Amino acid sequence: MTPRIVIVGAGPAGVRAAQALVEAGVRPIVIDEGRRDGGQIYRRQPEGFTRTHAMLYGSEAAKAQALHNDFDALRAQIDHRAETLAWNVTAGQLHTVHAPSGETATLDFDALIVCAGATDRLMPVPGWHHAGCYSLGAAQIALKAQACAIGSRVVFMGSGPLLYLVAAQYVKAGARVDAVLDTSPALPTFTALRGLLNRPRLLLRGLALKASLRLGGVKLLNRISPLRIEGTAEGGVSGVVVRDARGAERRLACDAVGLGWHLRAETQLADLARCDFEFEPLSRQWLPRIDACGRSSMPGVYLAGDGARILGADGAEAAGRLAALAALDDLKHERGRTLFAAEQAGLQRTLATMNGFREGLAQAFPWPHAQAAALPNDAVVCRCEAVTAGELRRSVRELGSQELNRAKAFSRVGMGRCQGRYCGHAAAEIVAAAASIPVEKIGRLRGQAPVKPLSMSAQEHE
Amino acid sequence: MSKPLPPAGSGGRFVRLAETSRPALHLRIDGEPATALEGDTLLVALLTHGRRVRTSEFGDGTRAGFCLMGACQDCWVWDEAGQRLRACSTVVTEGLAVRTTPPASSWPVTPEVAARERGEVSS
Repeated sequence: MTPRIVIVGAGPAGVRAAQALVEAGVRPIVIDEGRRDGGQIYRRQPEGFTRTHAMLYGSEAAKAQALHNDFDALRAQIDHRAETLAWNVTAGQLHTVHAPSGETATLDFDALIVCAGATDRLMPVPGWHHAGCYSLGAAQIALKAQACAIGSRVVFMGSGPLLYLVAAQYVKAGARVDAVLDTSPALPTFTALRGLLNRPRLLLRGLALKASLRLGGVKLLNRISPLRIEGTAEGGVSGVVVRDARGAERRLACDAVGLGWHLRAETQLADLARCDFEFEPLSRQWLPRIDACGRSSMPGVYLAGDGARILGADGAEAAGRLAALAALDDLKHERGRTLFAAEQAGLQRTLATMNGFREGLAQAFPWPHAQAAALPNDAVVCRCEAVTAGELRRSVRELGSQELNRAKAFSRVGMGRCQGRYCGHAAAEIVAAAASIPVEKIGRLRGQAPVKPLSMSAQEHE
Repeated sequence: MSKPLPPAGSGGRFVRLAETSRPALHLRIDGEPATALEGDTLLVALLTHGRRVRTSEFGDGTRAGFCLMGACQDCWVWDEAGQRLRACSTVVTEGLAVRTTPPASSWPVTPEVAARERGEVSS
């Protein structure tokens, strides 16, 4: 019997997983929220747009092109369900809803390969609820998928490789970028550098990006502390105020801000599938436990790509393929077992290199957890419902929440429209600091079904 | 040092950098006519036309989307029938009419309510 395999996500990991399955003679179902394949990193512009791959993806153009071409070639051999949300996982079943029609489906699977990707990791900054504040990913999507800049004068603030990449892409596309404000030091520590040297060409490309920004007249500041995003309730963002490395306050006028502190894994489906999680001290985030092939703690559930470990697109391609082959091996699928035996060691070596680089990145661009924990009481932590850091602290100090899900229940931080995606990490730091408990001991925001809001008219069909 | 910013409400928030020779589409935003380009998301149509997508229901001002990838849900608007649209993942079609404020008091009719209204279900 042919195994029933469902893949969630059609980014680099999902596409390579699907390709491996097709090579072994299996026809997978591929569920993806996007209208087109490519995920966020290799997001395809709509039909009718004319920019070339080189313009859209720069140094990664060949990889993007290859992924798109390979997916196009797979179309007839897979069941691709675009614009479809996987909203819950129960024992051996994935629950989906097709967004435009509201049609739901329940898919039985022998193996589920979750390649759910990542979203920006955000630290709240006082004023970040003003119109004109976006995630870095949003700034990039506006450009890549819609050929727009998020404003006429843009400041990027945060840390991580995406900070410089997006800024450089904006400059190249003709947008006005006034400054790039990084909370991390300009020079990585020796340990960070050792990790980054796992991929020397990528390290050089990062340095070249910074140089190109300087040449383009963009102000680059390191070791900044974000103080506030200025603006009005009606008009939105008008400037950013930071404390620079020397301790001086600096104000930069702008009408748009792109914010992000590297990425956080989208782990809700792994959570709903009851996979075990572990706290990773280096990035200070909870991640699903996986083995070297992407097997989760739940039999039949495999995790690959940035939704499992933030290895970036190249790592996601390798992890997707390896997880798919591991699934076939576990299902005792004959052709799959042959491929797995032949490729396992090589793919794992690739992933080890990517992981070394990931560790270097996490050290070079650390999550500024102390700044998150010290957010002023009047700062909005939850953008969805305008709940402040002070209200969150009150749930700890006056209502006795010593655990993050309890603090969520009392304060509603993490309960709004984004379901904790953008406030969750900072909320954990705030609650931990207020309760004087290490962040790994205050619990983990639990994923809830549906993983994104559903229309009330969505109805399950039997 | 820097030029003053354009006042709020004049022109759009987003700036088109390329791909501007696509055919125009017509839509209505809160009853007012507006134009977009074929392939625009509703969010881009709203923000090349104005500086906000909606007003926060928690009293903290205007909002203009945040993640653009369907994760934050900060860009909900409504069509004339009261159906909720996520602006960042909705593609503009000719004649689309949207409201940036929620339908006054009418919750969308659920399938159960529709069936009951048709007299198919007793509860």
